[in-house]
Amino acid sequence: MDHQPRKWMEVKDLAVEYTVEGDRVHAVNQVSFSLDRGQTLGLVGETGAGKTTIAKSILRILPDPPARICGGEIYFEGEELLTLPEKKMRTIRGNKISMIFQDPMTALNPVYTVGSQIAEVVALHQKVTGREAQMEAVRMLEKVGIDGERFGEYPHQFSGGMKQRVVIAMALACGPKLLLADEPTTALDVTIQAQVLDMMNQLKEEFGTSMILITHDLGIVAEMCDQVAVVYAGQIVEMGTAEDIFDRTAHPYTEGLFNSLPRVEGSKKRLTPIGGMPPNPMELPKGCAFSPRCPYAAKKCAEQCPGLRHLEGGHYSRCIKENVVRREKR
Amino acid sequence: MGRYIIKRILWMIPVLLGVSFLVFSLMYFTPGDPAAIILEVEATPAQMEACREEMGLNKPFFERYITYIYQAFVKFDLGTSYINGRPVMTELLQRFPYTFRVAGISVLVAVAIGIPLGVMAAVNQYTWKDHLSMLAALFSMSMPNFWFALMLVLFFSLKLGWLPATGIGHWTCYLLPCFSIGVHSAAGLARQTRSGMLEVIRQDYIVTARAKGQRESKVIFGHALKNAMIPIITQVGTMLGRQMGGAIIAESVFSIPGIGSYMSTAIKSRDYPVVQGGVLFVAVIFALSMLLVDILYTYADPRMKSRYESSAKKQG
Repeated sequence: MDHQPRKWMEVKDLAVEYTVEGDRVHAVNQVSFSLDRGQTLGLVGETGAGKTTIAKSILRILPDPPARICGGEIYFEGEELLTLPEKKMRTIRGNKISMIFQDPMTALNPVYTVGSQIAEVVALHQKVTGREAQMEAVRMLEKVGIDGERFGEYPHQFSGGMKQRVVIAMALACGPKLLLADEPTTALDVTIQAQVLDMMNQLKEEFGTSMILITHDLGIVAEMCDQVAVVYAGQIVEMGTAEDIFDRTAHPYTEGLFNSLPRVEGSKKRLTPIGGMPPNPMELPKGCAFSPRCPYAAKKCAEQCPGLRHLEGGHYSRCIKENVVRREKR
Repeated sequence: MGRYIIKRILWMIPVLLGVSFLVFSLMYFTPGDPAAIILEVEATPAQMEACREEMGLNKPFFERYITYIYQAFVKFDLGTSYINGRPVMTELLQRFPYTFRVAGISVLVAVAIGIPLGVMAAVNQYTWKDHLSMLAALFSMSMPNFWFALMLVLFFSLKLGWLPATGIGHWTCYLLPCFSIGVHSAAGLARQTRSGMLEVIRQDYIVTARAKGQRESKVIFGHALKNAMIPIITQVGTMLGRQMGGAIIAESVFSIPGIGSYMSTAIKSRDYPVVQGGVLFVAVIFALSMLLVDILYTYADPRMKSRYESSAKKQG
């Protein structure tokens, strides 16, 4: 990418490796993206593609060992997060940047009341008394649509959707500038999904929060995201505005994701799944990681890993045949 | 919750009846004639018979058992010792404070050493800290208790002369016995804590706590340890219950006049009432410590409380 003035939030060449039984596995490679204030970036990809690892790297909460951030820079409001001392980093976690976790069933500590878990984050980052932190927690609970009187109840007394609301309340309690939402609705059923997404959108606007939304649901992406980055095998394979991705698809993997979606209009054709399996991160193909599954793959694809190529505007693709992909689409 | 506790206390009755029946039968079928123990060796058969008759030893098994139960549970009378004629209950109550002190202090020692060691091992899994502390735990677990106690006496009392070797006259007398029991129990506790913590520190809510910006020490001791507490409480409770029944080895090595030494002498001299009464007493203490454990569960894990309450409602 060409050099531009520093963005509000920018990830540059992030690389994360895991050590599994002595072997090093590159879970995330050469991941770069940036984000403006108030925007939502969608990270889309299959399970195991490295989306959660990217988000946890930003907060530096990857389990170490086995995971290790082995390269790259993460800038946030002019500060480089990866070299920040741990003590300083703690003042950012839960405060300026917070995270909503995938599974609300396990994200809350079962032995503390939900209220005290929200109050904990308030007390950590704001100069308030314990009583004020509790009041704030009650206010946050009411904000996400839970009766403030349930402050003293434990997670096991809540349903899944309610727990996710608590997790969201916890994440937003300090009015973060950046919210990392890791599949916030995957564990919820469809009706609750819609409620939670609506609520997140509302709160996001109210607090002026930017968001990195991790999901594998393209419907949610269309609804929520300004920018989209498609992640495959630890790399960003296509990145651009939501329109770029949806209307001017330029990577066969992205196309494959769309083809595997049911369509409301048109014929009742069978869905087309992406053939094959996601690659084993221990033995990635030498060339393009998607080449073994790619319908357009040429000989060259299996030999050399293509770089992220600039197409137009903010649209990038890691494919040498993006023109063919686009022609086929029409 | 109150209902649950009452239910649990009522449940102790069948347990204690079972224990008393077992001990009573064992003693009944053990060869050996109490009359011969009580009387001099040269007593005549007629004297022996009179003695048996007087103590009710000639009555049928069940009649004797019922009498015993009535005496024990209604009149709180556990009979008198064959050897010195003193009431068993009085003796037990007199000795209990010593045993209680030794048990309490040694459990505290075990907790103070075992839990931090286990937490440290879990947090530093597979590093030298983990290996070293688990090696130490294995070592102190495999070490025979009496041998360790004797080594402590050899070193601190005989060689250095810092601490008294036996007796209970001064608070320093408690140091060696409590330390010897405590270190031994700490080993098991450390291993339990380590495995419990390892299970917990990989949980999502620990990541949540870190993502809040919480300090690592708070994450470990506040968020993780409280979740690993259930098996730890169980073990500490069992430990306490067992020690309250008298640490037979420590009490004999350090000549502490507690319940353990009382019972071991009684077993050697076939002092049936003392053995029966002692076992019953220990069973009550053990059952009470288990009740305490179950009540403590509700403080460690609120899910337990609702489970207890619903079970009390269902069956209560």
